[in-house]
Amino acid sequence: MRRYLGDAAVLARKDLRLELRARDTLPAMLLFVLSILAVFHFALPSGSSRLAELGLLWVAIIFTALLGLGRAFVAEREQGLLDALVLAPCDRSTIWLAKGIATFAFLAVAEIVALPAFALFFSPVGWGTIAGVVLADLGICAVGTLLSAMAAAGRARELLLPLLFLPLALPIVIGGVGASVVHDPGRYLGFLALYDAIFALLAWASFEYVVTE
Amino acid sequence: MISARGLSKRYGVKRVLEGLSFDLERGGFLLVTGPNGAGKTTLLRLCAGLAIPSAGTLEIEPHRSGIGFLGHEPLVYRELTALENLDLYGRLYRVPERRERIGMLLERFGLWEARRDRASALSRGQLQRLALCRAVLHKPELLILDEPFSGLDADGAALLDRELAGMRGRRTLLVATHDPERVASLASGRLALA
Repeated sequence: MRRYLGDAAVLARKDLRLELRARDTLPAMLLFVLSILAVFHFALPSGSSRLAELGLLWVAIIFTALLGLGRAFVAEREQGLLDALVLAPCDRSTIWLAKGIATFAFLAVAEIVALPAFALFFSPVGWGTIAGVVLADLGICAVGTLLSAMAAAGRARELLLPLLFLPLALPIVIGGVGASVVHDPGRYLGFLALYDAIFALLAWASFEYVVTE
Repeated sequence: MISARGLSKRYGVKRVLEGLSFDLERGGFLLVTGPNGAGKTTLLRLCAGLAIPSAGTLEIEPHRSGIGFLGHEPLVYRELTALENLDLYGRLYRVPERRERIGMLLERFGLWEARRDRASALSRGQLQRLALCRAVLHKPELLILDEPFSGLDADGAALLDRELAGMRGRRTLLVATHDPERVASLASGRLALA
């Protein structure tokens, strides 16, 4: 277990370092989430309900995540580096875990900026929303990293990732919006946690088959 | 070390390899030759475990940790330095005395001065040298090299000649090249793909 986590940490550190050098994912995610919130601010008629505002916040989160997931395997795809990672004597699911950790970090940074921006454009969010966002991020990264690897191996990858990801992200949107709008979000947070656990297990177990022929 | 029987590989309807059988003993040096499209790269990828045979059996003795692979791509991250790339692989392969080993390889392959340069700033020949460092970093039992002389200048090629001569008998080598005469004297066997 220690060795497994050590390998995942080595790979995740590499992904974070690559992003610090190249800066081609996080700035795009930040710009996108701020832009989309600004667009929603002007698109939503004044006097719109709080429910509509929160729904748009979740749309912004999902599409920002999609942007990050689309870049998750760019270095490996463009430089054929998945071969090197597959050849390494570590459990192949550590690649999934490391990519998931890196994507989670980028998404968390984008949301640290996006939530105050949402408060500025619309109204502050409650703890239920923040807890929902954290749990949703886990599910997004678990499922999205697997799908991103699948899409990276395919031909129409830019098309494939949203087509695969958005239907699977529906429960996340339902749970997230539910946790944001009710007074007692426990049931929705539990639903998100269950989604995270089930899909993380499925993605962890199936990742090896995605990256090997 | 490697035993192939009736090995076949197809991509869709295209047959790349058909009914290939060969053995490679421990410490042997098998030279794989053939024209473009003969299936050299496919065979090497099968032996490295990067592809699965469509038919036949392929037995390879060392586990992934005992295989070193040099393909057409250098398999290094362009945004990381030469040192960082080797350190990454050294950690994943749990190379003992990693820093000393990396330093020694960088010196031996003439990359010490460029160790802090990003891989994207290295020349084609330097990238190939770095890729060779990566492939031999963990002292693999089985070394699989696909066109290892590609991109190397005269000095680099001579260096590789010496490395291969030094490994002869100590490591098992599977090498595909368009220039078989260069290493023919070292090879213990030749597999000509049509």
